[in-house]
Amino acid sequence: MPSLKDLKNRIASVKSTRKITKAMQMVAAAKLRRAQEAAEASRPYTERFNAVMAGLSAAASGSDSAPKLLSGTGEDKVHLLVVMTAERGLCGGFNSSIVKLARAKILDLRRKGKTIKILTVGKKGRDQLRRDYGDLLIGHVDLSAVKRLSYPDAQGIAKDILSRFEASEFDVATIFFSRFESVISQIPTETQIIPAKFEDEGDSEATTVYDYEPSEEEILADLLPRGVATQIFSALLENGASEQGARMAAMDNATRNAGDMIEKLSIQYNRSRQAAITNELIEIISGAEAL
Amino acid sequence: MADTMQFDLVSPEKRLASAEASEVRIPGTEGDMTAMPDHAPTITTLRPGFVRVVSNGTEDEYLVVGGFAEVTATSVSVLAEKAFKRDGARKEDLEAILTEAREHRDKQAGPDRDMADRFVADLVHMLELMA
Repeated sequence: MPSLKDLKNRIASVKSTRKITKAMQMVAAAKLRRAQEAAEASRPYTERFNAVMAGLSAAASGSDSAPKLLSGTGEDKVHLLVVMTAERGLCGGFNSSIVKLARAKILDLRRKGKTIKILTVGKKGRDQLRRDYGDLLIGHVDLSAVKRLSYPDAQGIAKDILSRFEASEFDVATIFFSRFESVISQIPTETQIIPAKFEDEGDSEATTVYDYEPSEEEILADLLPRGVATQIFSALLENGASEQGARMAAMDNATRNAGDMIEKLSIQYNRSRQAAITNELIEIISGAEAL
Repeated sequence: MADTMQFDLVSPEKRLASAEASEVRIPGTEGDMTAMPDHAPTITTLRPGFVRVVSNGTEDEYLVVGGFAEVTATSVSVLAEKAFKRDGARKEDLEAILTEAREHRDKQAGPDRDMADRFVADLVHMLELMA
């Protein structure tokens, strides 16, 4: 049985924890709105880009001269996994669920006898993967200093990946991130970026015959590297929104749990206080009777 | 024939413009082109330069660096990697882009080098026009 003083201290400490989680929830909510706006703002670009690329790549992938970024190196031996996670924790299962998906992929590729290399973006993913797959990590991108994600950040990552591709360090690249569905649902997703795959959403576009200036091949060669950056950028933005959404939900839970705990502790505190008072009364009364 | 078309200018970070336009001049890699309604469907890459849009008799100018434009009979979409409104562009930003382009060029060789040289030259030209 904890003493009254102990109980009082515990209630006070849980109360201050609740204050912190409540504040974190509100901060996450504000950041979530900003992240969602950013994700939405990038959507028109990504959609148009993918539609055009889908048309272009469908035409080019048949020919032998198709760029390597589109057709692949012709091999499927070395896989690069780009695992994008958050820089900070306290956001529920956000980081772990991405890492879990990546782990499943690693096991699957290992079984098939492929070589695996891992590039991490975000500290949390690196920390989790380093324990088991430290020897596979070939690089890490630190975005902890970045306050607001901008396109050049994505370009930097893309440049790194592309230069590794040119140096024939890998054949296939896949990115792992969390797609933002809603505040309560973020879906860990893997997307192959090299060789590039573009999903054609509206196939009505594909029927238009375009004039190309310069030639189709040249445009494709110019745009494919940009496509890598575009995909990474949109993945980063989705991830940003997901992280804040996950944190908001996690902190909301924590706040509620703290409230429950305070209630329980208060009841216990009041009961023991009453017990102590009753005890004292009995002592006084029996003392008076003895006289 | 419709006398206007849908004009969109988007960068990865935001949508800069969306309007009904009667005329759009695009700085294509192989030369400027002016798109008007019922233009043949065309896709062109961009060189650093100005996109000039005429809509409702007023003219707007935007700075674009990298990317491409898609022209159809009813719309023009310019997808630029970097885009600014002409009066909103900051000199430091542009100079940073130029410095980066120069560094990139110095690492290139062969035909890539020529491309990079042209890119830098276009940028310099653009900056001169700005001043």
